[in-house]
Amino acid sequence: MAHTATTSKGMTFGEAGSALAFGALAFLSIIIAAKAYTPEYAFHAYLFAAASVASVFVIVNRYYERPAALPPLTINGKPNYNMGPVKFATIASVIWGIAGFTIGLLIALQLAFPSLNFDTSWLSFGRMRPLHTSAVIFAFGGNVLIASSFYVVQRTCRARLVGDISPWFVVLGYNFFIVIAGTGYLLGITQGKEYAEPEWYADLFLTIVWVTYFLVFLGTVMRRKESHIYVANWFYLAFILTIAVLHLGNNATVPVSIFSPKSYIVWSGVQDALVQWWYGHNAVGFFLTAGFLAIMYYFIPKRAERPVYSYRLSIIHFWSLIFMYIWAGPHHLHYTALPDWAQTLGMVFSVMLWMPSWGGMINGLMTLSGAWDKLRTDPVLRLMVVSVAFYGMATFEGPLMSVKAVNSLSHYTDWTIGHVHAGALGWVAYISFGAVYCLVPWLWNKKELYSMKAVSWHFWISTLGIVLYISSMWVAGILQGLMWRAYTNLGFLEYSFIETVEAMHPFYIIRALGGALFVAGSLIMAWNVWKTITSAEAAEEEALPAQPVLVAAE
Amino acid sequence: MPAAYKFFAEFAQTWGLLYFVGVFLVVLLYALAPSRKERFDAAARMPLQED
Repeated sequence: MAHTATTSKGMTFGEAGSALAFGALAFLSIIIAAKAYTPEYAFHAYLFAAASVASVFVIVNRYYERPAALPPLTINGKPNYNMGPVKFATIASVIWGIAGFTIGLLIALQLAFPSLNFDTSWLSFGRMRPLHTSAVIFAFGGNVLIASSFYVVQRTCRARLVGDISPWFVVLGYNFFIVIAGTGYLLGITQGKEYAEPEWYADLFLTIVWVTYFLVFLGTVMRRKESHIYVANWFYLAFILTIAVLHLGNNATVPVSIFSPKSYIVWSGVQDALVQWWYGHNAVGFFLTAGFLAIMYYFIPKRAERPVYSYRLSIIHFWSLIFMYIWAGPHHLHYTALPDWAQTLGMVFSVMLWMPSWGGMINGLMTLSGAWDKLRTDPVLRLMVVSVAFYGMATFEGPLMSVKAVNSLSHYTDWTIGHVHAGALGWVAYISFGAVYCLVPWLWNKKELYSMKAVSWHFWISTLGIVLYISSMWVAGILQGLMWRAYTNLGFLEYSFIETVEAMHPFYIIRALGGALFVAGSLIMAWNVWKTITSAEAAEEEALPAQPVLVAAE
Repeated sequence: MPAAYKFFAEFAQTWGLLYFVGVFLVVLLYALAPSRKERFDAAARMPLQED
């Protein structure tokens, strides 16, 4: 602290090291681009080169612009939070959300009206579907998770985020990975593994980003001023760590050549299928559940201004959830070549999962005890509470569908699609919307959102959309399952496949209508977020006229 | 390989089961111990603290 203006300015190890690393990556990318086997891969190599050169420029430029000393960890004894990366990820999530929902609407319409692929390979269902799932899960959901985790870990540990360049590398690097993954699907680059479509080079890059994410998060936890690590941070840690392990396990591939986008996985046959669904179901368990439960455990108490209903239950919830989820994957492979005992194991653990899931749901809902009236007045809290209710519904439906007898009817039908969307739209998206609606005024220092009425509209329009979506998919799925298994009294199949497809048509239109309402809701949110950020009033100015606003010095 | 399968299956069905039950009991003890009540009640309020 004794240093004065005479402190000589020097590049930090992080600045110099990352500038050099990006320089090397730019060089390597240009060589790969020149010798690439396919033009699509060359395009990606050029994207890597351009992003690397831009990174070097930004890092060096930022170094010349900044004062000699790095931002202090505390200002007047209060933690000096680093909210720049949180702001970026929050806005990115809103934009990716609209993109992902809209592509979902497009493919829903394609199923009802197949000519909507306009006879181009680029807009074919096979390419648009992974674009949709990755955009909503990894781009929208992932940015919400990164934003909220960086926010929550700082606030509950009362410590500034670790690192100077690294939090930005996590946020920007993750979004660059999304761009590589998404453009890859459009160009036809895919591993063909559900939710793990990106090829080896994108996977390698994501590994570096993700390890950095883990280290930044863990470092911040270790820097904490509070002795206790709040439960939301446990859920975030489980999410980050498990996703790293799953990602490495399911992407153990050997590329054909460094100049080729194509790679082959080391597992083969049914082993590969088991690893894929160990990955796939835990992407649900640890990305779409543990991460968003962390959001629930911070944002619902904060918004309701009530303590967590039972902190003890939250601990039991955490440990039983993470111990059980990891075994549930084989229920995706019922009645396949997977050994029977493994199928049964997956089924049993899925059924047992019902208990920790509902324990968590009850804990989230009961946190409102003493504040139920706020549901009437605060549409943001309503969004989050309804999300927890949907979580309860989806985590009841899931164990039910994992039972082999039920699965023999539901598997490969639209019931599965309906189930996934009850969880994805109802739980994941709603708790995310709630978090975004909380975060935006907090981050941009505003008293409240620009329009609460607009939040109400968003809530009702998209709730109607979800109801249309899941109810039409229930009917469609069960109808489809029953038609597939119907036999005539002579033992022949009663319906040809195309007849079952025709029967789905009205439900596909209702589903698309539900999707359109959901997109409309997200547009209202984007407008509201935009107006909140750009509106002139600031919350703190009136209350504390003389105090400088406490924002991170970027 | 059948011998290996038998060995692993038996191991999982006995020691694996006991291990899980044991871990669960430890978690229950940790979470429900009366001595930690105050600490957990304070932790439940962590999101509400302002700087």
